[in-house]
Amino acid sequence: MQKKRIVLRYPPHLVDQPVISRLVKDYDLMVNIMRARITPKEEGRLVLELTGKRAGMEAGFKYLSDIGVEVQPLAQDVKWHEDRCTHCTACISICPTKALDVNRINMEVSFKRDKCIACELCIPVCPYQAMEILF
Amino acid sequence: MAKTIEEINEKIRKGKAVVLTAEEIIDYAAEKGMKRAAQEVDVVTTGTFGPMCSSGAYFNVGHSKPRIKLGGGKTYLNDVPTYTGFAAVDFFLGATAMPDDDPRNKIFPGKFAYGGAYVIEELVAGKDVRLTATAYGTDCYPRKTLETYISLKDMNEAVLLDIRNAYQNYNVAVNLSEKVIYTYMGVLQPKMGNANYCSAGQLSPLLNDPYFRTIGVGTRIFLGGGVGYVVGNGTQHNPGVKRTEGGVPKAPSGTLCVTGDLKMMNPKWLRGTSYTGYGVTLTIGIGVPIPILNEEILRYTAVRDEEIFAQVVDYSDAYPQCIPGSIGEVNYKQLKSGRIMVQGKEIPTAGLSSYIKAREIARTLKEWIETGKFLLTQPVELLPSADSGIVFKTLKERPIKKDK
Repeated sequence: MQKKRIVLRYPPHLVDQPVISRLVKDYDLMVNIMRARITPKEEGRLVLELTGKRAGMEAGFKYLSDIGVEVQPLAQDVKWHEDRCTHCTACISICPTKALDVNRINMEVSFKRDKCIACELCIPVCPYQAMEILF
Repeated sequence: MAKTIEEINEKIRKGKAVVLTAEEIIDYAAEKGMKRAAQEVDVVTTGTFGPMCSSGAYFNVGHSKPRIKLGGGKTYLNDVPTYTGFAAVDFFLGATAMPDDDPRNKIFPGKFAYGGAYVIEELVAGKDVRLTATAYGTDCYPRKTLETYISLKDMNEAVLLDIRNAYQNYNVAVNLSEKVIYTYMGVLQPKMGNANYCSAGQLSPLLNDPYFRTIGVGTRIFLGGGVGYVVGNGTQHNPGVKRTEGGVPKAPSGTLCVTGDLKMMNPKWLRGTSYTGYGVTLTIGIGVPIPILNEEILRYTAVRDEEIFAQVVDYSDAYPQCIPGSIGEVNYKQLKSGRIMVQGKEIPTAGLSSYIKAREIARTLKEWIETGKFLLTQPVELLPSADSGIVFKTLKERPIKKDK
């Protein structure tokens, strides 16, 4: 079994298509939708966690790219600018998955990409613009 | 045996001074005992790195040809307005000032992405900023407009002057209401969803000298990565608050007014800062050395997080309505653990003051002293303490009578 966090970008003509249903039914993937929105230009954006067998995952990704959905790993879209971070810890209590966490011994803040679900709660909370999400 | 500052300075010059940070002294004093530690240790260094709004800088930019009188006109640095009520080419830039066209909170919550604090950070980083001005023109200062790039090295003077910094203790902010609120203590979730605090606790300068036995007018300090001085007590200096048995204030108390040459500072320790829905501020690094003149002073510097208490205050109603009172009391050990209990509820905590940076400042100052680069000063006058009789006033409004 594999687990992947990805961002899907749908072109406008696919917004009304049951793409996720097909990932579940045809490729036997478990889908956890973390964020979904349709932008003003009717482009769809989905942040997903997919779990499934390697073969199903690969076939599912091929299906997505064949119909014109762009797939990108989530990690690329979330940035922690370490040079801007002052380790104040303002973000720690707000982060629901502990992707942003602090070592309580030395009070150093760290960001673990693989835990981030791109909820964006940290964005208005960080006074130093150390978190950036590029959607 | 008591020591004098001159004796300590003599040891610093010889490279023989024993210097510990306010964190290191805790275990050292516990191990050796207060009496022996007071004899052996010469200086304890402190540090804090947090947002401090009552900060700013004054500049003299030199005379243009022909001359212009900025005083009485309008002067901007990167579109941020400055205060020009001085002579021809002096002006003051406040950390919280923001461009006239910033939308503020019109689209709530505002981002407050730029302001005076950012201009200060950019100048200290050596960058060019845009100086733009309009003036009314006089016989001796005929020019009416000015637009030029300027950097710190072009200026005659560039001096940080903060009228209230380094608060001795602070509130812990929570939100009792049903909706998210955006405050200078950060974003506060409804129904006490989180609690924010803002102090370096056991490393914080004024918490290590709670009665100001050593800190006063003229105390040389680490300021913004350079060397600065204590001007005197800061505004809202309120030493008369309740204290623990160990003398530590249990609520916001003393403050410092500090100054220092911006040209000697480092942008790492002067950071433009934006509080969503609230405004712009400057995050500043300050470190104060405490000379261990006797055992009493040593005892104060050995204070631990668990001995420093702060008041939990509701920022949805009590704070904005200026209703005094606290809904709980917690210590900094609890705050730094990430969870506190208030009114039977467990609440996650977060800091606004960086402890890891406070430690770095205390260590840097320690190194400066150990290597003889930084000597201690004898204050001209100590800060007003608990016995000063200072009363912290709220504004009593007296309605202005309208002429008929």
